[in-house]
Amino acid sequence: MPALVWMRRNLFNGIASSLATLVALYLLLRGLWAVLRWGVLDAVWSAPDGRTCRALGGGDGACWAFIGHWYRFIIFGRYPYAEQWRPALVIVLFMALVLASCDPRLWRRGALLGAIWVAGLALCFALMHGGVAGLPVVTTDLWNGLPLTLMLAVLGLVFAFPLAVLLALGRRSHLPIMRALSVGYIELVRGVPLITVLFMASVMLPLFLPAGVNIDNLARAQAALAFFYAAYLAEVIRGGLQAIPRGQYEAADALGLSYWQKTGRVILPQALTIAIPPLVNIFIAAFKDTTLVTIVGLLDLLTTAGNAITDPQWRGFYVEAYTFVAAIYFVFCFFMSRYSRSLERSLGR
Amino acid sequence: MTAKLRLLIPQLLVLGGVIALGADLVHNTLANLARQGIATGFGYLDRQASFGIGEGLIAYSPADTYGRALLVGLLNTIEVAILGCVLATILGVAVGIARLASNWLVRTLAGAYVEAVRNVPLLLQLFLWWNVFRIVPPPPRGAWRILPGFFLSNRGLTIPLPSLAGGWHWDVPHLAGFNFVGGHTMSPEFAALLVGLVIYTAAFIGEIVRAGIAGVPRGQSEAAMSLGLKPWPILALVILPQARRIIIPPLIGEYLALTKNSSLAVAIGFPDLMSITNTTLNQTGQAIEAIALMMAVYLGLSLTTSLALNLYNARIAARER
Repeated sequence: MPALVWMRRNLFNGIASSLATLVALYLLLRGLWAVLRWGVLDAVWSAPDGRTCRALGGGDGACWAFIGHWYRFIIFGRYPYAEQWRPALVIVLFMALVLASCDPRLWRRGALLGAIWVAGLALCFALMHGGVAGLPVVTTDLWNGLPLTLMLAVLGLVFAFPLAVLLALGRRSHLPIMRALSVGYIELVRGVPLITVLFMASVMLPLFLPAGVNIDNLARAQAALAFFYAAYLAEVIRGGLQAIPRGQYEAADALGLSYWQKTGRVILPQALTIAIPPLVNIFIAAFKDTTLVTIVGLLDLLTTAGNAITDPQWRGFYVEAYTFVAAIYFVFCFFMSRYSRSLERSLGR
Repeated sequence: MTAKLRLLIPQLLVLGGVIALGADLVHNTLANLARQGIATGFGYLDRQASFGIGEGLIAYSPADTYGRALLVGLLNTIEVAILGCVLATILGVAVGIARLASNWLVRTLAGAYVEAVRNVPLLLQLFLWWNVFRIVPPPPRGAWRILPGFFLSNRGLTIPLPSLAGGWHWDVPHLAGFNFVGGHTMSPEFAALLVGLVIYTAAFIGEIVRAGIAGVPRGQSEAAMSLGLKPWPILALVILPQARRIIIPPLIGEYLALTKNSSLAVAIGFPDLMSITNTTLNQTGQAIEAIALMMAVYLGLSLTTSLALNLYNARIAARER
């Protein structure tokens, strides 16, 4: 009986292990039963308003009718209802872009990958903003919810990337001024919380610019995220640069390549490939951190959910709302971290 | 000479560019401030704050200065950071050990905890805890007694405190009228922030501890086993002291992250450095000074923490050689 042998070895291996198994099993079953009762058995799936929903559930069950009523607001926010197919398409496009970039065959064709990104992002912008092909214009204050969250994370890293490469090269450079500037920037940014940088972008940026120049709130937060994550990306890329054997540099020097030829054609392509798994981890962190834009008044996915639970008709269904949003974040982050781990394994081989 | 010059010129150009950009920003800023009629300088720190702060470690009233209000906020940040790091380390080590347990169920549950917590934004978790601590517990009169002297109510978590007044004794809270007297009450905001930070950070520390333990060569535990040591002494006396060398450097990073993440307090209304800065800024309009001061303090906290822990790390690394 292999199953019995397995159980003996992995669950009842000695008194302490058996006890741990029984306690864990008891807690697990109680927890699962509570979740099952709350989430399924006693849950209310449809109701006209919050009070009815609460009465039907008897106070013990989840009110999924809340999600049924609010899911479009939570995902798209105040984007005009009739036009919400546009942000929906943008979500699909963003995911397609990220998925396409996961294909190692494309990494060797940088120009093609770059072209795909430029075209994809232009299409996303056209869809979100409108004003072309007869689409009505939608201003950026109505870009809310999941498309905003995805945009902040994806564009944040796309814009951060060139700066990060320069910072990483600067930190590894033999030129003292370049090195000092890069180290100063990286350490300064990594020493302060993201929230303070967002805050600075929101409050101080208008003061930095000449009178009459105005940047909208979304662009400010986007810039703050890009400048912030450039420091973290730079450290990851530096890790990749450090992993390149000396021989590669020497071979490039022996061929008489200039610094930029050597860096662009020999060193960076190898260093960036090594840096991809930790780079994906930075992307996951950035994706989670976009929730902080709520502090500067943007309506990201978490904020729209927070607004939905303050509706007078549907007040207080915070567990349902946060569970729904947490599930969305979880799915994205979980699969990206799995991807990063499998990549690490295949690159390590 | 020419080679040196060739390397110097681009550097000077970049430096010049950075300085020019900085000068332009300063020029614009001064012009904007003059236009809006905002005075510069840190004089506002000596003015009366006129706003109340819910909780703090030192005495404070609205009649005190902005400087003192910011000090209250800083001490609150430090309090959360220190308590958070200690508790997250304890929970994280337990999780890391559980992740490598021979018991499949324990291992899997610890893994599920790590995945669930790491893949959901911290701010979302804080909002959830905040609602839980504010809404779920009953008012003080019907407070839940978790342990003798520990009460959970919608006013927060009330715990006994050691007291020196009139001889050493435990100051145990008791109910008087509609609220508790004695002991120490953590507000729902503080409790939510602390619990959220600890649970979030412990998942990351757990992974670091797991990698650290896995990094100790197998021969070490086999040798200890052949000496007749039992599993727990092997872990405590042989594995963990060696794993410590692998664990400490990334652990420093997690402590710094926890300290920086404590600034999310502003979102749930706990008066930390960030939220007091926010209030100060809104009242005085001294945006640049307030933000510069806050960033300098966070930077100082990060650098001090990292310096202290790196010294500790150097010491244990050298001693074990």
